[in-house]
Amino acid sequence: MNKYVERLYNGIVKENPTFVMMLGMCPTLAVTTSAINGAGMGLSTTAVLAAANLLISALRKFIPDKVRMPSYIVVVASLVTIVQLLLQAYIPSLNERLGIYIPLIVVNCIIFGRVEAYAAKNTVGLSFFDGIGMGLGFTIALIAIGAFRELLGAGTLFGYGIMPESFQPISIFVQAPGAFLVLAMLTALQNKFQLPAATNTGRKSGLSCGGNCAECSSETYAAYHSDLDKAKEISATVNAKKTQKED
Amino acid sequence: MNSEYFVNLLIVLISAAFVSNVVLSQFLGICSFVGISNKIKTATGMGFAVIFVITLASLIASAIYKAILAPMDLDYLKTIVFIMVIACLVQFVEMVIKKFSPTLYNALGVYLPLITTNCAVLGVALINVQEDYDIVTSVVSGFGTAVGYTIAIILMAGIRERMEYNEISKSFKGSPIVLITATLMAMAFYGFSGLV
Repeated sequence: MNKYVERLYNGIVKENPTFVMMLGMCPTLAVTTSAINGAGMGLSTTAVLAAANLLISALRKFIPDKVRMPSYIVVVASLVTIVQLLLQAYIPSLNERLGIYIPLIVVNCIIFGRVEAYAAKNTVGLSFFDGIGMGLGFTIALIAIGAFRELLGAGTLFGYGIMPESFQPISIFVQAPGAFLVLAMLTALQNKFQLPAATNTGRKSGLSCGGNCAECSSETYAAYHSDLDKAKEISATVNAKKTQKED
Repeated sequence: MNSEYFVNLLIVLISAAFVSNVVLSQFLGICSFVGISNKIKTATGMGFAVIFVITLASLIASAIYKAILAPMDLDYLKTIVFIMVIACLVQFVEMVIKKFSPTLYNALGVYLPLITTNCAVLGVALINVQEDYDIVTSVVSGFGTAVGYTIAIILMAGIRERMEYNEISKSFKGSPIVLITATLMAMAFYGFSGLV
Protein backbone atom coordinates (compact mmCIF):
# COMPACT_ATOMS: atom_id res chain seq x y z
CA MET A 1 0.00 0.00 0.00
CA ASN A 2 1.16 3.50 -0.81
CA LYS A 3 2.51 5.01 2.42
CA TYR A 4 0.32 8.11 2.11
CA VAL A 5 -2.81 5.98 1.68
CA GLU A 6 -1.56 3.89 4.62
CA ARG A 7 -1.60 7.04 6.79
CA LEU A 8 -5.21 7.73 5.84
CA TYR A 9 -6.20 4.11 6.56
CA ASN A 10 -4.35 4.24 9.88
CA GLY A 11 -6.21 7.37 10.99
CA ILE A 12 -9.66 6.33 9.84
CA VAL A 13 -9.64 2.64 10.78
CA LYS A 14 -6.60 1.23 12.57
CA GLU A 15 -5.98 3.98 15.13
CA ASN A 16 -9.31 5.80 14.94
CA PRO A 17 -8.96 8.56 17.55
CA THR A 18 -12.45 8.14 18.99
CA PHE A 19 -13.27 4.44 18.70
CA VAL A 20 -9.80 2.97 19.17
CA MET A 21 -7.66 5.53 20.99
CA MET A 22 -10.45 7.11 23.10
CA LEU A 23 -8.95 10.59 22.71
CA GLY A 24 -10.75 13.93 22.66
CA MET A 25 -13.70 12.80 24.73
CA CYS A 26 -14.89 16.31 25.67
CA PRO A 27 -15.90 17.44 22.16
CA THR A 28 -17.13 13.92 21.35
CA LEU A 29 -19.65 14.09 24.18
CA ALA A 30 -20.51 17.75 23.86
CA VAL A 31 -21.22 18.37 20.17
CA THR A 32 -22.76 15.07 19.04
CA THR A 33 -26.34 16.17 19.73
CA SER A 34 -26.91 16.01 15.97
CA ALA A 35 -25.09 14.55 12.97
CA ILE A 36 -24.56 17.95 11.39
CA ASN A 37 -22.94 19.38 14.54
CA GLY A 38 -20.66 16.35 14.68
CA ALA A 39 -19.69 16.88 11.04
CA GLY A 40 -18.94 20.58 11.62
CA MET A 41 -16.81 19.92 14.67
CA GLY A 42 -15.02 17.02 12.98
CA LEU A 43 -14.16 19.01 9.86
CA SER A 44 -12.97 22.04 11.87
CA THR A 45 -10.71 19.74 13.89
CA THR A 46 -9.48 18.09 10.67
CA ALA A 47 -8.46 21.48 9.25
CA VAL A 48 -6.56 22.40 12.44
CA LEU A 49 -4.98 18.96 12.73
CA ALA A 50 -3.74 18.80 9.13
CA ALA A 51 -2.36 22.35 9.22
CA ALA A 52 -0.75 21.85 12.66
CA ASN A 53 0.91 18.60 11.56
CA LEU A 54 2.14 20.30 8.38
CA LEU A 55 3.59 23.33 10.18
CA ILE A 56 5.14 21.46 13.11
CA SER A 57 6.68 18.91 10.80
CA ALA A 58 8.17 21.70 8.69
CA LEU A 59 9.49 23.43 11.82
CA ARG A 60 10.62 20.29 13.63
CA LYS A 61 14.35 20.93 13.08
CA PHE A 62 14.09 24.54 14.32
CA ILE A 63 12.09 24.07 17.51
CA PRO A 64 14.42 23.38 20.47
CA ASP A 65 13.36 20.35 22.49
CA LYS A 66 13.07 22.33 25.73
CA VAL A 67 10.43 24.76 24.50
CA ARG A 68 8.59 22.41 22.16
CA MET A 69 5.33 22.38 24.15
CA PRO A 70 4.90 26.19 24.28
CA SER A 71 5.76 26.39 20.57
CA TYR A 72 3.18 23.73 19.71
CA ILE A 73 0.59 25.58 21.80
CA VAL A 74 1.22 28.85 19.93
CA VAL A 75 1.00 27.19 16.51
CA VAL A 76 -2.17 25.25 17.34
CA ALA A 77 -3.85 28.23 19.03
CA SER A 78 -3.13 30.44 16.01
CA LEU A 79 -4.61 27.85 13.65
CA VAL A 80 -7.70 27.49 15.82
CA THR A 81 -8.15 31.27 15.79
CA ILE A 82 -7.94 31.24 11.98
CA VAL A 83 -10.54 28.47 11.74
CA GLN A 84 -12.81 30.30 14.17
CA LEU A 85 -12.58 33.55 12.19
CA LEU A 86 -13.36 31.67 8.95
CA LEU A 87 -16.38 30.01 10.56
CA GLN A 88 -17.61 33.36 11.90
CA ALA A 89 -17.35 34.83 8.42
CA TYR A 90 -18.77 32.03 6.27
CA ILE A 91 -20.84 29.64 8.46
CA PRO A 92 -22.00 31.81 11.39
CA SER A 93 -24.87 29.44 12.26
CA LEU A 94 -22.48 26.54 12.86
CA ASN A 95 -20.13 28.77 14.85
CA GLU A 96 -23.03 29.79 17.09
CA ARG A 97 -24.14 26.20 17.69
CA LEU A 98 -20.66 24.91 18.51
CA GLY A 99 -19.94 27.94 20.71
CA ILE A 100 -16.90 27.66 22.99
CA TYR A 101 -16.10 24.16 21.72
CA ILE A 102 -14.44 25.72 18.65
CA PRO A 103 -11.76 27.61 20.64
CA LEU A 104 -11.48 24.55 22.88
CA ILE A 105 -10.03 22.60 19.91
CA VAL A 106 -6.75 24.06 21.24
CA VAL A 107 -6.78 21.67 24.20
CA ASN A 108 -8.05 18.64 22.24
CA CYS A 109 -5.63 15.84 23.10
CA ILE A 110 -5.85 14.38 19.57
CA ILE A 111 -4.00 17.41 18.21
CA PHE A 112 -1.18 17.46 20.76
CA GLY A 113 -1.03 13.69 20.64
CA ARG A 114 -0.49 13.60 16.86
CA VAL A 115 1.84 16.59 16.82
CA GLU A 116 4.07 15.15 19.53
CA ALA A 117 3.91 11.50 18.55
CA TYR A 118 4.00 11.85 14.74
CA ALA A 119 4.60 15.26 13.19
CA ALA A 120 7.62 16.04 15.37
CA LYS A 121 9.41 12.96 13.97
CA ASN A 122 8.22 12.57 10.36
CA THR A 123 8.39 14.31 7.00
CA VAL A 124 6.02 17.09 5.95
CA GLY A 125 4.00 15.09 3.41
CA LEU A 126 3.44 12.08 5.66
CA SER A 127 2.52 14.31 8.61
CA PHE A 128 -0.03 16.18 6.51
CA PHE A 129 -1.70 12.95 5.42
CA ASP A 130 -1.56 11.67 9.00
CA GLY A 131 -3.45 14.80 10.09
CA ILE A 132 -6.04 14.36 7.33
CA GLY A 133 -6.49 10.66 8.19
CA MET A 134 -6.84 11.25 11.93
CA GLY A 135 -9.18 14.19 11.32
CA LEU A 136 -11.40 12.17 8.99
CA GLY A 137 -11.44 9.30 11.49
CA PHE A 138 -12.59 11.75 14.15
CA THR A 139 -15.18 13.27 11.80
CA ILE A 140 -16.64 9.89 10.86
CA ALA A 141 -16.86 8.88 14.52
CA LEU A 142 -18.58 12.14 15.48
CA ILE A 143 -21.06 11.85 12.59
CA ALA A 144 -21.84 8.25 13.56
CA ILE A 145 -22.42 9.06 17.24
CA GLY A 146 -24.30 12.25 16.34
CA ALA A 147 -26.56 10.44 13.85
CA PHE A 148 -27.36 7.75 16.44
CA ARG A 149 -28.25 10.29 19.13
CA GLU A 150 -30.22 12.50 16.74
CA LEU A 151 -32.20 9.56 15.36
CA LEU A 152 -33.27 8.28 18.78
CA GLY A 153 -33.50 11.63 20.54
CA ALA A 154 -35.25 13.74 17.90
CA GLY A 155 -36.32 11.27 15.20
CA THR A 156 -34.40 13.14 12.50
CA LEU A 157 -31.20 12.62 10.53
CA PHE A 158 -29.19 15.62 9.33
CA GLY A 159 -32.30 17.65 10.18
CA TYR A 160 -34.68 15.62 7.97
CA GLY A 161 -37.51 13.80 9.75
CA ILE A 162 -37.20 10.16 8.70
CA MET A 163 -38.87 8.34 11.58
CA PRO A 164 -42.62 7.52 11.25
CA GLU A 165 -45.15 9.85 12.89
CA SER A 166 -45.87 7.32 15.64
CA PHE A 167 -42.25 7.42 16.85
CA GLN A 168 -41.98 9.13 20.22
CA PRO A 169 -38.49 10.76 20.45
CA ILE A 170 -36.47 9.60 23.47
CA SER A 171 -35.33 13.11 24.25
CA ILE A 172 -32.77 12.08 26.87
CA PHE A 173 -30.47 11.01 24.03
CA VAL A 174 -29.98 14.58 22.85
CA GLN A 175 -29.54 15.87 26.40
CA ALA A 176 -26.42 15.70 28.58
CA PRO A 177 -27.03 12.29 30.25
CA GLY A 178 -27.59 10.67 26.84
CA ALA A 179 -24.05 11.54 25.78
CA PHE A 180 -22.58 9.55 28.67
CA LEU A 181 -25.04 6.70 28.08
CA VAL A 182 -24.16 6.33 24.38
CA LEU A 183 -20.44 6.36 25.11
CA ALA A 184 -20.88 3.85 27.95
CA MET A 185 -22.75 1.45 25.64
CA LEU A 186 -20.15 1.93 22.91
CA THR A 187 -17.21 1.07 25.21
CA ALA A 188 -19.18 -1.84 26.69
CA LEU A 189 -19.74 -3.27 23.19
CA GLN A 190 -16.05 -2.84 22.40
CA ASN A 191 -15.20 -4.77 25.58
CA LYS A 192 -17.81 -7.43 24.81
CA PHE A 193 -16.50 -8.19 21.33
CA GLN A 194 -12.86 -7.59 22.29
CA LEU A 195 -12.50 -4.96 19.60
CA PRO A 196 -9.15 -3.19 19.55
CA ALA A 197 -9.85 -0.20 21.79
CA ALA A 198 -7.88 1.68 24.42
CA THR A 199 -10.28 0.33 27.04
CA ASN A 200 -9.34 -3.31 26.56
CA THR A 201 -5.81 -3.46 25.18
CA GLY A 202 -2.62 -2.31 26.84
CA ARG A 203 -1.71 0.13 24.11
CA LYS A 204 1.63 1.84 24.61
CA SER A 205 1.90 5.33 23.26
CA GLY A 206 4.87 7.56 22.54
CA LEU A 207 3.52 10.33 24.72
CA SER A 208 5.14 11.14 28.03
CA CYS A 209 1.79 10.96 29.83
CA GLY A 210 0.98 7.47 28.53
CA GLY A 211 -1.47 8.86 25.98
CA ASN A 212 -4.47 7.12 27.44
CA CYS A 213 -6.89 9.54 29.02
CA ALA A 214 -9.34 6.84 30.05
CA GLU A 215 -6.81 5.04 32.17
CA CYS A 216 -4.81 8.05 33.24
CA SER A 217 -3.98 8.09 36.92
CA SER A 218 -2.07 10.64 38.89
CA GLU A 219 0.48 7.93 39.72
CA THR A 220 1.80 8.02 36.16
CA TYR A 221 2.25 11.73 36.53
CA ALA A 222 3.85 11.43 39.95
CA ALA A 223 6.33 8.90 38.57
CA TYR A 224 7.04 11.09 35.57
CA HIS A 225 7.53 14.03 37.89
CA SER A 226 9.99 12.30 40.17
CA ASP A 227 11.93 11.22 37.05
CA LEU A 228 12.06 14.82 35.91
CA ASP A 229 13.23 15.96 39.33
CA LYS A 230 15.97 13.32 39.33
CA ALA A 231 17.10 14.37 35.87
CA LYS A 232 17.24 17.99 37.00
CA GLU A 233 19.28 17.10 40.08
CA ILE A 234 21.74 15.05 38.02
CA SER A 235 22.23 17.83 35.50
CA ALA A 236 22.67 20.32 38.37
CA THR A 237 25.41 18.23 39.99
CA VAL A 238 27.11 17.71 36.63
CA ASN A 239 27.05 21.44 36.02
CA ALA A 240 28.41 22.11 39.51
CA LYS A 241 31.29 19.69 38.88
CA LYS A 242 32.03 21.36 35.55
CA THR A 243 32.24 24.79 37.15
CA GLN A 244 34.49 23.37 39.90
CA LYS A 245 36.86 21.95 37.27
CA GLU A 246 36.93 25.23 35.43
CA ASP A 247 37.83 26.98 38.65
CA MET B 1 -21.96 47.85 44.81
CA ASN B 2 -25.50 47.26 46.00
CA SER B 3 -27.45 44.26 47.20
CA GLU B 4 -28.62 43.47 43.67
CA TYR B 5 -25.00 42.98 42.64
CA PHE B 6 -24.42 40.47 45.43
CA VAL B 7 -27.59 38.56 44.60
CA ASN B 8 -26.35 38.39 41.03
CA LEU B 9 -22.98 37.05 42.25
CA LEU B 10 -24.77 34.37 44.26
CA ILE B 11 -26.81 33.34 41.22
CA VAL B 12 -23.63 33.12 39.11
CA LEU B 13 -21.96 30.99 41.81
CA ILE B 14 -24.83 28.53 42.13
CA SER B 15 -25.49 28.25 38.43
CA ALA B 16 -21.79 27.63 37.73
CA ALA B 17 -21.50 24.97 40.43
CA PHE B 18 -24.76 23.06 39.99
CA VAL B 19 -27.04 24.12 37.14
CA SER B 20 -24.46 24.08 34.36
CA ASN B 21 -22.04 21.72 36.10
CA VAL B 22 -18.78 21.80 34.19
CA VAL B 23 -18.38 18.02 33.92
CA LEU B 24 -21.92 16.70 33.88
CA SER B 25 -23.59 19.20 31.60
CA GLN B 26 -20.78 21.02 29.75
CA PHE B 27 -18.48 18.00 29.26
CA LEU B 28 -15.28 19.83 30.12
CA GLY B 29 -12.51 17.95 31.92
CA ILE B 30 -13.92 14.49 31.18
CA CYS B 31 -10.47 12.89 30.90
CA SER B 32 -9.43 13.67 34.45
CA PHE B 33 -12.98 13.05 35.71
CA VAL B 34 -12.83 9.46 34.43
CA GLY B 35 -9.12 8.95 35.05
CA ILE B 36 -8.49 10.23 38.57
CA SER B 37 -11.78 9.38 40.23
CA ASN B 38 -10.84 5.91 41.50
CA LYS B 39 -9.89 6.98 45.05
CA ILE B 40 -11.48 9.67 47.21
CA LYS B 41 -8.06 10.86 48.38
CA THR B 42 -6.63 11.55 44.92
CA ALA B 43 -9.97 12.95 43.74
CA THR B 44 -9.97 15.44 46.63
CA GLY B 45 -6.37 16.45 45.85
CA MET B 46 -7.20 17.01 42.20
CA GLY B 47 -10.37 18.88 43.13
CA PHE B 48 -8.58 21.36 45.36
CA ALA B 49 -5.79 21.86 42.83
CA VAL B 50 -8.46 22.63 40.21
CA ILE B 51 -10.23 25.12 42.52
CA PHE B 52 -6.92 26.90 43.13
CA VAL B 53 -5.86 27.07 39.48
CA ILE B 54 -9.25 27.91 37.93
CA THR B 55 -9.95 30.72 40.40
CA LEU B 56 -6.50 32.23 39.82
CA ALA B 57 -6.73 31.72 36.05
CA SER B 58 -10.14 33.39 35.78
CA LEU B 59 -8.83 36.38 37.73
CA ILE B 60 -5.75 36.79 35.53
CA ALA B 61 -7.47 36.00 32.21
CA SER B 62 -10.31 38.39 32.97
CA ALA B 63 -7.91 41.15 34.08
CA ILE B 64 -5.84 40.77 30.91
CA TYR B 65 -8.96 40.78 28.75
CA LYS B 66 -10.44 43.89 30.40
CA ALA B 67 -7.17 45.81 30.66
CA ILE B 68 -5.37 44.91 27.43
CA LEU B 69 -7.34 42.93 24.86
CA ALA B 70 -10.71 44.72 24.96
CA PRO B 71 -9.43 48.35 24.92
CA MET B 72 -6.96 47.61 22.12
CA ASP B 73 -9.53 45.74 20.03
CA LEU B 74 -7.50 42.53 20.12
CA ASP B 75 -10.49 40.35 20.92
CA TYR B 76 -9.52 37.74 18.30
CA LEU B 77 -6.23 37.01 20.12
CA LYS B 78 -8.00 35.77 23.23
CA THR B 79 -7.60 32.04 22.56
CA ILE B 80 -3.82 32.32 22.07
CA VAL B 81 -3.35 34.69 25.01
CA PHE B 82 -5.49 32.69 27.42
CA ILE B 83 -3.89 29.33 26.71
CA MET B 84 -0.38 30.79 27.06
CA VAL B 85 -1.31 32.56 30.30
CA ILE B 86 -2.82 29.37 31.73
CA ALA B 87 0.20 27.26 30.77
CA CYS B 88 2.61 29.79 32.31
CA LEU B 89 0.44 30.24 35.37
CA VAL B 90 0.39 26.51 36.11
CA GLN B 91 4.19 26.31 35.77
CA PHE B 92 4.60 29.36 37.97
CA VAL B 93 2.21 28.12 40.66
CA GLU B 94 4.07 24.80 40.68
CA MET B 95 7.44 26.55 41.23
CA VAL B 96 6.07 28.85 43.95
CA ILE B 97 4.38 26.03 45.87
CA LYS B 98 7.49 23.87 45.61
CA LYS B 99 9.64 26.66 47.02
CA PHE B 100 7.41 27.82 49.87
CA SER B 101 5.33 24.85 50.96
CA PRO B 102 6.66 21.34 50.35
CA THR B 103 3.63 19.84 52.14
CA LEU B 104 1.22 21.59 49.80
CA TYR B 105 3.44 20.61 46.87
CA ASN B 106 3.21 16.95 47.86
CA ALA B 107 -0.57 17.23 48.12
CA LEU B 108 -1.31 19.22 44.95
CA GLY B 109 1.93 19.29 42.94
CA VAL B 110 1.44 16.07 40.99
CA TYR B 111 -1.93 17.25 39.72
CA LEU B 112 -0.72 20.60 38.41
CA PRO B 113 0.68 19.45 35.05
CA LEU B 114 -2.58 17.58 34.44
CA ILE B 115 -4.48 20.83 34.80
CA THR B 116 -2.75 22.66 31.92
CA THR B 117 -4.53 20.46 29.42
CA ASN B 118 -7.77 20.35 31.41
CA CYS B 119 -10.18 22.06 29.05
CA ALA B 120 -12.23 23.34 31.99
CA VAL B 121 -9.64 26.06 32.73
CA LEU B 122 -9.65 27.51 29.22
CA GLY B 123 -13.40 26.90 28.99
CA VAL B 124 -14.14 29.01 32.07
CA ALA B 125 -11.93 31.85 30.84
CA LEU B 126 -13.75 31.84 27.50
CA ILE B 127 -17.22 31.60 29.08
CA ASN B 128 -16.41 34.61 31.30
CA VAL B 129 -15.58 36.65 28.20
CA GLN B 130 -18.61 35.37 26.30
CA GLU B 131 -20.97 36.27 29.16
CA ASP B 132 -19.27 39.67 29.50
CA TYR B 133 -18.64 39.27 33.26
CA ASP B 134 -16.63 41.90 35.13
CA ILE B 135 -13.51 40.82 37.06
CA VAL B 136 -15.23 40.03 40.39
CA THR B 137 -18.02 38.08 38.69
CA SER B 138 -15.43 36.18 36.62
CA VAL B 139 -13.58 35.10 39.76
CA VAL B 140 -16.86 34.02 41.39
CA SER B 141 -17.90 32.14 38.26
CA GLY B 142 -14.48 30.44 38.06
CA PHE B 143 -14.63 29.48 41.72
CA GLY B 144 -18.18 28.13 41.33
CA THR B 145 -17.23 26.08 38.26
CA ALA B 146 -14.26 24.57 40.08
CA VAL B 147 -16.39 23.76 43.14
CA GLY B 148 -18.84 22.03 40.80
CA TYR B 149 -15.97 20.00 39.32
CA THR B 150 -14.72 19.07 42.81
CA ILE B 151 -18.18 17.99 43.99
CA ALA B 152 -18.67 15.86 40.87
CA ILE B 153 -15.25 14.17 41.04
CA ILE B 154 -15.46 13.45 44.81
CA LEU B 155 -18.98 12.01 44.46
CA MET B 156 -17.80 9.87 41.58
CA ALA B 157 -14.80 8.65 43.59
CA GLY B 158 -17.08 7.74 46.50
CA ILE B 159 -19.37 5.76 44.22
CA ARG B 160 -16.42 4.02 42.57
CA GLU B 161 -14.96 3.01 45.94
CA ARG B 162 -18.29 1.38 46.80
CA MET B 163 -18.48 -0.28 43.39
CA GLU B 164 -15.24 -2.16 44.09
CA TYR B 165 -17.34 -4.60 46.15
CA ASN B 166 -20.04 -5.07 43.51
CA GLU B 167 -20.26 -7.75 40.85
CA ILE B 168 -20.06 -5.98 37.51
CA SER B 169 -20.56 -7.94 34.32
CA LYS B 170 -17.34 -8.41 32.38
CA SER B 171 -18.08 -6.11 29.46
CA PHE B 172 -19.01 -3.22 31.76
CA LYS B 173 -15.85 -3.35 33.89
CA GLY B 174 -13.61 -0.30 33.71
CA SER B 175 -14.72 2.82 31.87
CA PRO B 176 -18.22 1.66 30.74
CA ILE B 177 -19.54 1.43 34.31
CA VAL B 178 -17.93 4.77 35.15
CA LEU B 179 -19.77 6.33 32.22
CA ILE B 180 -23.06 4.69 33.29
CA THR B 181 -22.52 6.21 36.75
CA ALA B 182 -21.85 9.55 35.10
CA THR B 183 -25.13 9.17 33.16
CA LEU B 184 -27.08 8.73 36.39
CA MET B 185 -25.23 11.62 38.05
CA ALA B 186 -25.92 13.83 35.04
CA MET B 187 -29.63 12.96 35.31
CA ALA B 188 -29.57 13.91 38.99
CA PHE B 189 -27.82 17.20 38.26
CA TYR B 190 -30.38 17.82 35.52
CA GLY B 191 -32.82 18.37 38.37
CA PHE B 192 -30.97 21.53 39.35
CA SER B 193 -31.89 23.16 36.05
CA GLY B 194 -35.03 24.73 37.50
CA LEU B 195 -33.05 26.30 40.34
CA VAL B 196 -31.95 29.55 38.72
